[in-house]
Amino acid sequence: MAVSSKYFPWAKKAQETHHNDHDPRQHLMLDPKPRGEMNQMVMESMYTTSWKFWVVFGILSILVALCFFYAWGYMIAEGLGVAGVNRPSFWGIFLVNTVFWIGISHAGTFISAILRVFKSEFRRPFTRAAELMTTFGLIQAGASIFMHLGRVWLAYWLFPYPNERQLWPNFHSPLMWDLLAITTYVLGSTMYLFLPLIPDLAMARDRSTGWRKTFFKTIALGFRGTEGEWTHLRTAMNIFAFAIIPVMFSVHTIVSWDFVMATRPGWSSTVFGPYFVIGALHSGMGAVAIVLFIMRATMKHMDYFIRAEHFEAIGKLMLIISMGWAYFFFNDYIVQWYGGDKWTDTLLHWHESGPMSWMFFTMLIVNIAVPWLILWNKKWRSTPWLLASVGLLINVGMWFERYIIIPVSLTINRMPFTWKLYFPRIEIFLTIGTFSMFLLFYMIASRLIPLVPVWEVQEGQMAHSMRKVGKTQVPSVSEFE
Amino acid sequence: MEPIDLNETGAKGALAQEAEGKWGMAIDEDLCTGCQACVAACAMENNLSFVGEEDAGYGRSMQWIRIERFWEGEYPEVQTGFQPMLCQQCGSAPCEPVCPVFAAVHSPSQDTNLQVYNRCVGTRYCANNCPYQVRTFNWRDYAIDPFHANEVDGQLVFPLHNQFNPDVTVRRRGVMEKCTFCLQRIHRAEDQAKSEGREVRDGEFAPACAQACPADAITFGRVDDPESLVSQLARQERGVKHLEELNTLPRVTYLKKG
Repeated sequence: MAVSSKYFPWAKKAQETHHNDHDPRQHLMLDPKPRGEMNQMVMESMYTTSWKFWVVFGILSILVALCFFYAWGYMIAEGLGVAGVNRPSFWGIFLVNTVFWIGISHAGTFISAILRVFKSEFRRPFTRAAELMTTFGLIQAGASIFMHLGRVWLAYWLFPYPNERQLWPNFHSPLMWDLLAITTYVLGSTMYLFLPLIPDLAMARDRSTGWRKTFFKTIALGFRGTEGEWTHLRTAMNIFAFAIIPVMFSVHTIVSWDFVMATRPGWSSTVFGPYFVIGALHSGMGAVAIVLFIMRATMKHMDYFIRAEHFEAIGKLMLIISMGWAYFFFNDYIVQWYGGDKWTDTLLHWHESGPMSWMFFTMLIVNIAVPWLILWNKKWRSTPWLLASVGLLINVGMWFERYIIIPVSLTINRMPFTWKLYFPRIEIFLTIGTFSMFLLFYMIASRLIPLVPVWEVQEGQMAHSMRKVGKTQVPSVSEFE
Repeated sequence: MEPIDLNETGAKGALAQEAEGKWGMAIDEDLCTGCQACVAACAMENNLSFVGEEDAGYGRSMQWIRIERFWEGEYPEVQTGFQPMLCQQCGSAPCEPVCPVFAAVHSPSQDTNLQVYNRCVGTRYCANNCPYQVRTFNWRDYAIDPFHANEVDGQLVFPLHNQFNPDVTVRRRGVMEKCTFCLQRIHRAEDQAKSEGREVRDGEFAPACAQACPADAITFGRVDDPESLVSQLARQERGVKHLEELNTLPRVTYLKKG
């Protein structure tokens, strides 16, 4: 066990001023609770269900039934004519939603894998909530892709399965790469979600009765917490944490290749790969802020686990990612504009001064101006509702960005005779349906599995301690591995 | 050692050979009057659906060939230009590699682009990637839309079904389609020639659009035969290929307005 002491500058100040702002106990890691009590808190947050939960649950269920299943079934029966796609905008909101949800799913992995690899301590209480976002977001992304297909009942033809006619999918197609990348990501991230969940499931199993006991017993896979089991679990988590990072980067790069590989003005931009990855993180971090805000506001005991310091850390990340996004955005736009290609030029003018220009400028304001003006201030970014609002605005902006890239850009092509505007029809309902389903999944998950990784918090609290250096108490963190 | 002619060997030679193709078309924009006879004939021949006023206005009209109309100059010195636009049967087609299920494929025997309706799942990637925007999608089951039906004794009767061409499939919803250079006519002519033990003669047959054109603006034939009418027309100075800079190797030559 290597013990390294880190010196926190604010701790010295705390000794000198005894000001409330610098009380070490405001940090979750330095405010330990007994393990039994903490376990109980998490169990209570799972079991305490108020009537408000069921009201929201009912509304969302109705929305999912109507806007997802009924609307989709209607569209399958009638054909894509009930949607707004036309020539030349053959791709509409369905693919906007696909890219958006894949983007949302990126933050989960970013937070839990990258921050775990870099041993960032502030990640501990909310890795699970973020990882769930990956899985649930990818489910919505997959559904949106299938909604988009003209003959969805034949979607299995996209998969390389053995068949007597020896037909094979076309591996030259970027859509095939996309399908394989997303499938890899779904499988990898779900396993990566499940591994750190096992100790918590075992904890819940030991503290529950009835059908829940059976449920936890089944999915905890008989975890007892022996030294050997922990070693295996840590090894597996380590492998997945490192392996999922390149997968995460590749997925959104390949999603961007769906556009880059096409011979269309505005799409053939070589910077789209990293631009899409940073865009995904941008919307994903915003979504994490929203989810944490809702969790803290609605679930019992969550104000103990999720604190101002976590919002502050996420706010800092959001600010940096916003700067990165702005960098890639201008790299994309200015270079394309400078190229002076006739069609690209027409397209860029269409973005800035066409009928959808309000979307373009809203995107710039909420993706760049809002985070830059608000998140620089520590007090503001530590305010949960403010950070969640910024996250919401960023998500609106990122959705607009994808909308501009897909249907708005598709309006302009090299055959001016075919130029036509795109107006969404049933897509609006299906979008509401996917969003409702995403929230519904979160609500179900919050009742079935511990949304806070208790063992990670406990591990962190064990590693953190106040050490005496000379006459002052200095907070320090030990590394267990 | 013999000097190497770079026009015949290497990449450029391959490109020139590839660019030739088999079947091709020459469209004279000077002769085109924009009468849309080709559009109507194409719809009859290839069982194209009528989408109705609303969908057509929204950009969903199903036409394998369309007449693009352009205005040149300022009033009162206005000139009208017509440009029939159809699938260019590219030698290096952008629609082909992007299809995930091989529904858009190249025909080795005819050197045209084929769309396999049965295989299409409707990702619409091909249509996005087509720089000529000539692919049309079946947004609904237009062929059996009650809109086109009469009710006789409580049953729906589709009078338009009586004029279907039995040689061509009727496409269902969710499928992409496009001009085939009237593949069924090519096959019929080839079968006839084969049974008579000869080659297909130039001008022996024509696709529906060329056949219907009252001004003879559309000429169809073998572009790999330098003596054919279409090759002779395409060699004129007026001959241009659309979006040639994309290197799609289109098989249709436009004789631009002189």
